[in-house]
Amino acid sequence: MGEAIVVTSGKGGVGKTTTSANIGTALALLGKKVCLVDTDIGLRNLDVVMGLENRIIYDLVDVAEGRCRLNQALVKDKRFDELYMLPAAQTKDKNAVSPEQVKDIVLELKKEYEYVIIDCPAGIEQGFKNAIAGADKAIVVTTPENAAVRDADRVIGLLESSEIGSPKLVVNRIRPNLVKSGDMLDIEDVIQVLNIDLIGIVPDDELVIKAANSGEPTVMNPDSRAAIAYRNIARRILGDTVPLMHLDQKKGMFSKFKKIFGMG
Amino acid sequence: MAVKSNHVTIKGIKDGLVFLLDDECEYEELLGELRYKLEHSHQNILTGPIIHVDVKLGSRRITEEQKQRMLDILKQKGNLLIRSVEFPEPEQAQVPPYKIMCGMVRSGQVLHHDGDLLFLGDVNPGGSILCTGDIYILGALRGMAHAGVDGNEDSIIAASHFAPTQLRIAEQISRPPDEWETRETSMEFAFLQNGAMQIDKISNIVRLRPDFNVFKGV
Repeated sequence: MGEAIVVTSGKGGVGKTTTSANIGTALALLGKKVCLVDTDIGLRNLDVVMGLENRIIYDLVDVAEGRCRLNQALVKDKRFDELYMLPAAQTKDKNAVSPEQVKDIVLELKKEYEYVIIDCPAGIEQGFKNAIAGADKAIVVTTPENAAVRDADRVIGLLESSEIGSPKLVVNRIRPNLVKSGDMLDIEDVIQVLNIDLIGIVPDDELVIKAANSGEPTVMNPDSRAAIAYRNIARRILGDTVPLMHLDQKKGMFSKFKKIFGMG
Repeated sequence: MAVKSNHVTIKGIKDGLVFLLDDECEYEELLGELRYKLEHSHQNILTGPIIHVDVKLGSRRITEEQKQRMLDILKQKGNLLIRSVEFPEPEQAQVPPYKIMCGMVRSGQVLHHDGDLLFLGDVNPGGSILCTGDIYILGALRGMAHAGVDGNEDSIIAASHFAPTQLRIAEQISRPPDEWETRETSMEFAFLQNGAMQIDKISNIVRLRPDFNVFKGV
């Protein structure tokens, strides 16, 4: 029996879909059998980020309503044989499925896959309730901004009062130079308010935007700083102890080299 | 049985009698004296038409059984009609003056409490604590705290890390930082003075609340 992990945040645009796609791909990279589930019915994105949009035939709503078998709706990834995705419907809305239906589908997937990564929509309404229904664990994504931290706090409260319990935290899109100058919340500040375990920090990286647009998860690109961060998160999910990334280390070394060669 | 001590005082009021029972002597002794007074010394007063009786026990706490024994003695006199028995509620006396709770009050969560509350944990922005009495937070207050929600203006709010988004005491609403003078102590409390919100160091709480158990040192 596999494990279902929901990726949620409350606020939109903090990187839930990117995190889901990259954690899922990183787990597949580590040899795990993974299925990604997009529960953002009506505003699906996971297929686009994964570059699998044109392969969709059936979706989550079709499975829930019995128009197809679960296996028929799963889209196999281009890069990995053991990475699949269950897309959301684009034509319906969040009320098209019930939490019980999602729970049944996730339960079915857990029999087949070692990890089921559920991409949750923004908000705390029906879509959120659907997404967390079948999850065993949760990852809350936030950026170092007050608004995102407030929403993350709200979602953590809801998760804590659900069966899932205390979630793990990903602080996304950190800009070390802004943190240093005091213009961005420090990771410590975020953790102090949210008071949950940190599972990873992801630096802001332009390669993530490029990767998302080309339908190739960032984690595939070993030159990307964010890719390393996502791989570390995947290893922590597997139970490895991986130290937190030093955000300014690589850049520091790089600029040192630049200086040596008279380029800095 | 010669009773000299005066543990039982019987007073006449407009519409009956009040039995004032001493609250320091032994209960057995008290019952003995009561019985004696009813049967001997005050026999003549206590006969005749029906008289309403109020029994006052002072601060003595008695059990249901002890109360029944006392009533049995009084009922021997057919003309005494017990109207009330006054003594402190036993349960009430054992309830601690405040409730202790712990955890986190996160955004969107509301913690209600009837009475005074000692909360061990943080109150995050968007979270609220509402109490009819005082609020003491051992942790960070970053959200909203409302003490004296039923209008008790004597309520206070105290927190180890005092950084609320808003404070309310009774009907008064206040927000940082323009309305309060900021200080560099870690634990502070808020109270109302002449209808205005004031913030002070926790060590000065004794000035406001001399009724607290004050530690005076040795």
